[in-house]
Amino acid sequence: MFLNLFLTYLKIGTFTIGGGYAMLALVQREVVDRQKWIDEEEFLNMIALAQAAPGLIAVNSAIFIGWRIGGWRGMCGAVLGAVLPSFAIILAIAMVFSEWKELPAVEAAFMGIRPAVVALIAAPLIKLATSAVGCKSEQRTTNGEWRNYLPLMVSLVVALTIWLGHVNPVCVIAATIILTLSVLWIRKRIIRRRISKK
Amino acid sequence: MLYLQLFISFFKIGLFGFGGGLAIISLIQMEVEQHGWMTQQEFVDIVAISQVTPGPIGINCATYVGYTATGSVWGSMLTTGAIVLPSLIIMMAVCRIYNWLKRRFQHSPYFVQTLRMMRFTVLGLIASAALMLISPTTFIDSVSWLIFGVVFLLAALPQMTASSVRENPRLGQAVNIASHPILLIVLSAIAGWLIYG
Repeated sequence: MFLNLFLTYLKIGTFTIGGGYAMLALVQREVVDRQKWIDEEEFLNMIALAQAAPGLIAVNSAIFIGWRIGGWRGMCGAVLGAVLPSFAIILAIAMVFSEWKELPAVEAAFMGIRPAVVALIAAPLIKLATSAVGCKSEQRTTNGEWRNYLPLMVSLVVALTIWLGHVNPVCVIAATIILTLSVLWIRKRIIRRRISKK
Repeated sequence: MLYLQLFISFFKIGLFGFGGGLAIISLIQMEVEQHGWMTQQEFVDIVAISQVTPGPIGINCATYVGYTATGSVWGSMLTTGAIVLPSLIIMMAVCRIYNWLKRRFQHSPYFVQTLRMMRFTVLGLIASAALMLISPTTFIDSVSWLIFGVVFLLAALPQMTASSVRENPRLGQAVNIASHPILLIVLSAIAGWLIYG
């Protein structure tokens, strides 16, 4: 099972370019459709879990699937398989890149690439923002669509504190979690008090 | 000492890296620049390389920083292990109590709302990563802004044409190819080579 999962993930890891989300589609085809190790529903649960938990989504999903299918050994196999291709390739690049970078042609090419990278980071924001706004919580009935856009202020504040305030993102993430939980807790207490007064 | 610092930094990134690759970029950038392990220019270059090589961006960055900061393979093994370790611990705990967790938290407002808030936090994280990378080292002149604009429009093309793509699947294929990160990186490399070379 170790070897089986290792090879499957090695294959997936070698052929996915562009990060976690691209990987998930391949994982689904390999693990759900072809090998039939887990069913569709569990796979979707797994994605939700891998996104909710901290860490890299591709690694999280490898851990989960490896563990469900092959226990300890399965997990080790899947994680090693998922990590190894990118580790090996980047290591090879890191070893030669400092010399290549001196070449004028490479330097010129990277002058063109750098702004493009910033654009590639920024472009998914549109899609992510629409899907985040569209995902309504179960409790809140949608009276007044503008309320759905209010949380975007959180995004704005997060971006500005990190960008202009140079606050470590780790602190910002921790702060948002704590703030959300405390706001919910206070709201629950207020509602409960109102009910008990009546 | 350097090894310990690297381990702590990347462990922290793995522990707080919610929202996947793009959201993790700002965390890595902050750690790497604060410790002086990499210049901003180097960091942008490695993100660019990550876009065209297989594997998660987090792993790519960890491996690269580990190697360049220590100059040895052990360093890159350490950082890669450190970024994976929190996931390993958390996901293993989650797997053990998966059914209990599902029953207990699936409909809990605390859990659902916090997850929803995290999505907006992730948006802010990605935006800050992009904003922090806009500097004189990455945007050297007006041509840089032109490249930025063109790549941004092409990369956002699938979202802008979503309604017309639904009626015309062949257009969708064309859009997907035109907005592919590898193609865009290669094109901007050629543009850079032609303009600055």
